[in-house]
Amino acid sequence: MALEIITPGLSTTVQDRGRSGYYNVGIPQCGSMDRYSSEIANALVGNDSGPGTGAAVLECSYVGPTFRVDAVTSIAVAGAPVEVKVNGEPRPQWARLELKPGDEVSFGVIKGGTKFCVAVRGGIDVPMVLGSRSTYVLGAFGGFQGRKLAAGDVLPIGVANGPLPHAAQLPENHIPRFTGPRELRVIMGLYAHRLTERGRALFLESEWTLTPVADRMGLRYDGPGVEWVERKQPFGAGSDPSNIVDAGYAVGSIQIPGGTQPIVLHRDAVSGGGYAMVGTVISADMDLLARSAPGTKTRFTEVTMDTALEARRTEARRLREAIASLG
Amino acid sequence: MAEQSVDDVIVPAAVLPETARLTWGGDEFLFVEIAEEMSLAANFRAMSLATRLASAQIPGIVDICPSNASLLVRFNPDLLAPDELASAVREHEAAAASEVSPHVDTRIIEIPVWYQDPFTAEVQARFRSGYHQRPEGSDLDYAAEVNGLETAEEFISRHHEEPWLVSMVGFVAGLPFLFQLVERDRQLEVPKYLSPRTDTPALTVGHGGCFSCIYSVRGAGGYQMFGVAAAPIFEPAQALPDFEEFMVLFKPGDIVKFRPVDEGEYRAIQAEVAAGTFRYRQVPFTFNVDEALSSPRAYNHRILEALHGA
Repeated sequence: MALEIITPGLSTTVQDRGRSGYYNVGIPQCGSMDRYSSEIANALVGNDSGPGTGAAVLECSYVGPTFRVDAVTSIAVAGAPVEVKVNGEPRPQWARLELKPGDEVSFGVIKGGTKFCVAVRGGIDVPMVLGSRSTYVLGAFGGFQGRKLAAGDVLPIGVANGPLPHAAQLPENHIPRFTGPRELRVIMGLYAHRLTERGRALFLESEWTLTPVADRMGLRYDGPGVEWVERKQPFGAGSDPSNIVDAGYAVGSIQIPGGTQPIVLHRDAVSGGGYAMVGTVISADMDLLARSAPGTKTRFTEVTMDTALEARRTEARRLREAIASLG
Repeated sequence: MAEQSVDDVIVPAAVLPETARLTWGGDEFLFVEIAEEMSLAANFRAMSLATRLASAQIPGIVDICPSNASLLVRFNPDLLAPDELASAVREHEAAAASEVSPHVDTRIIEIPVWYQDPFTAEVQARFRSGYHQRPEGSDLDYAAEVNGLETAEEFISRHHEEPWLVSMVGFVAGLPFLFQLVERDRQLEVPKYLSPRTDTPALTVGHGGCFSCIYSVRGAGGYQMFGVAAAPIFEPAQALPDFEEFMVLFKPGDIVKFRPVDEGEYRAIQAEVAAGTFRYRQVPFTFNVDEALSSPRAYNHRILEALHGA
């Protein structure tokens, strides 16, 4: 059982839940950027949702691939709204689609967000590298030969390891939003004390606009900029007030190089560097970044650790309920 | 130059804040700032704390990343409450601070470098106007000038004569940050590019602030470029014997000695790499931070003896 790529799309990679334990040597977690959507797609085709890396899916950005399957199988497409076609016929998203040998799957133009994923029953069966099937493009390993897919690639499909759910379609009320403004909840800290009072207010009270410089590594926002406290820089830090002695970066942390454009780091981000971070997007809101298209109006709202942990539980419950709704 | 002045003697505890600054990076990361400024003492404390936390095997800790003067811990808050993690860090911090004669079992590794190579020269030429402080001359000329040295050659000597400590591994996979084991007034300091380049050759030996680095993969970068290392430091294919166990060469705490090579030797090493026979010269070494701090030059002499005695 295999899946053959006819056209690769703009940037299609193999991703699972990601890789941990190697961040200390600069290997990022990788994994699906919109985790909820990829969990739902896997659940729809009966891929085991227990602990571990989960089944690997194809993560597609903006322009999806065209591919053909060589056996009877089921797939599901979740994430950014996009027209799904099997042999040119429109088929639903957030639904299980049954395929016959030789069926060709293609996609239209996305109508919001940036990324959608394709789960296949049994998962994309590329080799595990350092405990995950996720692609790390910069390091050229994981996924399919450590790179985004190309025409002619033939991806092996694994053996189904769980029963198919009762329902073949996710109820509408469990489908997240892929358009409109965003509010990202943030725990302030790290080097937030290096901002002036006005700088902090500018960050938290302004509306920011997502620029086109947004990918798996990070997302850059345009807005009024911030202000840093002037000081004599510590030995080893750079000369700009936004510089620090190079340190580890939290995934989701927000740096503002030169005080102009905030950058939120995502799953393929560099693991460290010399720019002061002012806070971190909470884990429950990381998927919202993956669902934000350039031009998205965004506000950063300060929350406490308790609120973040409560939001994390809510988010986990939401996913459990969505999967349970499939029966 | 073997004599040692009183100014060289630094007691590590005196230069570090009494306790680290703990701050949350969202609900999955704890950032532990040992000190705001870079020092061997701060780096050593970060490494020691990382080692202690790792051996404690606390359920819920996902990643422990020591960096130059800080430590980043990733945790799963479903398994480990933030407050519990913070108390564990405080406990291990106190133990690390009271350590007598702190030392680490590490190794010395020799890295052949072709300084003033044509690859980085070509990229320097592409990223000059709008990127670099000095449109004329090379990154090495600029580095020599801002360090008050006469020539690029003099800067190169300073760069490879004394060893460096891998003070952090990261940014991208396997990239070492290197801190030279010399007194602060002898540290080489060079500003980064005014604006980051979109290209840096793989294995470029770079420098920004007080840190050198070796770019493990081709890509963006803002450090000044001095040369290229002759052999890989990150090898996902794991074909070379030094990468048999892991695709990343460096670990925090490694001691690095650069060795200048000319084009001929660079090509010979490349041929060995292609044949899969290249091995780094490396020897085990117990690094004692107090001794390194109290008389850096004498201690470096011992490091070099250990390397060449191998």
